[in-house]
Amino acid sequence: MSKHELNARNLLRPLPVIRTQNKIASLDAGDHLVVYCTDPGTLHDIPAWCRVHGHTLVSTAESADEIIIEIEVVKD
Amino acid sequence: MSKQRKAVSLISGGLDSMLATKVIQDQGIHVEGINFYTGFCVEGHTHAIRKKDKEKQKKNSSLWVAEQLGIKLHIIDISEEYKDIVLNPKHGYGQNLNPCLDCKIDMVARAWQWCMDNDFDFVITGEVIGQRPKSQRKETMPIIARESKIEDRLLRPLCAQHLTETLPEREGWVNRDELFDFHGRNRKPQLALAKKLGFDEWSQPAGGCCFLTDESYSNKLQDMWDARGERNYEVDDIMLLKVGRHIRPAKHFKLIVSREQGENNFMRGYRPMYSYLYPTSHGGPLTLIDGTPTEEDILTAARVVARFSQGRDADEVAVNYVAKHNEGEQELKVKPMPVAEIPDDWYIH
Ligand code: SF4
Repeated sequence: MSKHELNARNLLRPLPVIRTQNKIASLDAGDHLVVYCTDPGTLHDIPAWCRVHGHTLVSTAESADEIIIEIEVVKD
Repeated sequence: MSKQRKAVSLISGGLDSMLATKVIQDQGIHVEGINFYTGFCVEGHTHAIRKKDKEKQKKNSSLWVAEQLGIKLHIIDISEEYKDIVLNPKHGYGQNLNPCLDCKIDMVARAWQWCMDNDFDFVITGEVIGQRPKSQRKETMPIIARESKIEDRLLRPLCAQHLTETLPEREGWVNRDELFDFHGRNRKPQLALAKKLGFDEWSQPAGGCCFLTDESYSNKLQDMWDARGERNYEVDDIMLLKVGRHIRPAKHFKLIVSREQGENNFMRGYRPMYSYLYPTSHGGPLTLIDGTPTEEDILTAARVVARFSQGRDADEVAVNYVAKHNEGEQELKVKPMPVAEIPDDWYIH
């Protein structure tokens, strides 16, 4: 298992979820991806995207100027 | 055992594609969704930008639909390639700068390519004959199938009974008798079907799925092309057309004046790429300048900025000007331009 990061700051939705999707396509099962973003809409989009694709949402954290979402990759 | 057939559904986030997908799932087909991001999509953007819309901050409709249906959704960024559709639509525009027919052909072609790459059998859409004046007419349905090169692997479950039989119907992958004959703008059949299928919530995209159907947005895009003397755009251009007041005092320059704090914050990210102005003696809007203003134009621009500042009634407002790619700031002391002096035709709307 390895940990990866994705900078999706200053991108408006749906771009953060698209970048997350594309990054996860290149990762292996069990890998973790930490996504950094600023558009609050991603707090809806990334967890919903994880649910429909069966990935595990490890955590979400929100500060004044940043949102951090960690995902564990699950592959069929 | 017969092969499990698979379809990809164009999910817009509205009710029709949701119904079309469910109808095909209920016939035992494995369905996954696909959604294309063109850069002009209405959803999310302005809500994320405008502070007053923050409370409207909500789910992404296409992801929400996918969740209701229990299908995977693949969201694909086509914003770069999509330029060619917007700039050179073979079939022309709709009421505004919406190239709906070319757009549909392009999206179906991409969905079909995705099918071939992923071993899927056909594409479904929620189109209904006669629902949209330009792209959803009986005559345009075969054009979409032909020009996207998908031919008879494009199934429209909601109006299939009005159309020639497709391969999935002929082969018995789906039962044509259980598809529908909806047509026209009357939404009652869709609402009845939604009820029957157990859906009691769906999003209702107003007007269309993208900004290109919006008159004011299209006017701003056309104005940008006219002023630049060429029909082209970058993704940043089309983002900025969604925010602020757009004021063009002359062909060679335009002001984008933020209307509130949320837009101000969003536009701050564009400061490295534009000349800009902001009032310092009073609260007021960040204003980006697009074009090549002269020194006199900058003074005019500063007076407009002062007019939209909290010092609009003051004798003098201090406005800082920062030229593009220049670290230094220049302080300008100007008299706010009276409202009556700003000609109506400076406003692009
Ligand atoms: S409204 Fe926009 S996204 Fe929808 S078909 Fe027309 S051009 Fe394409």
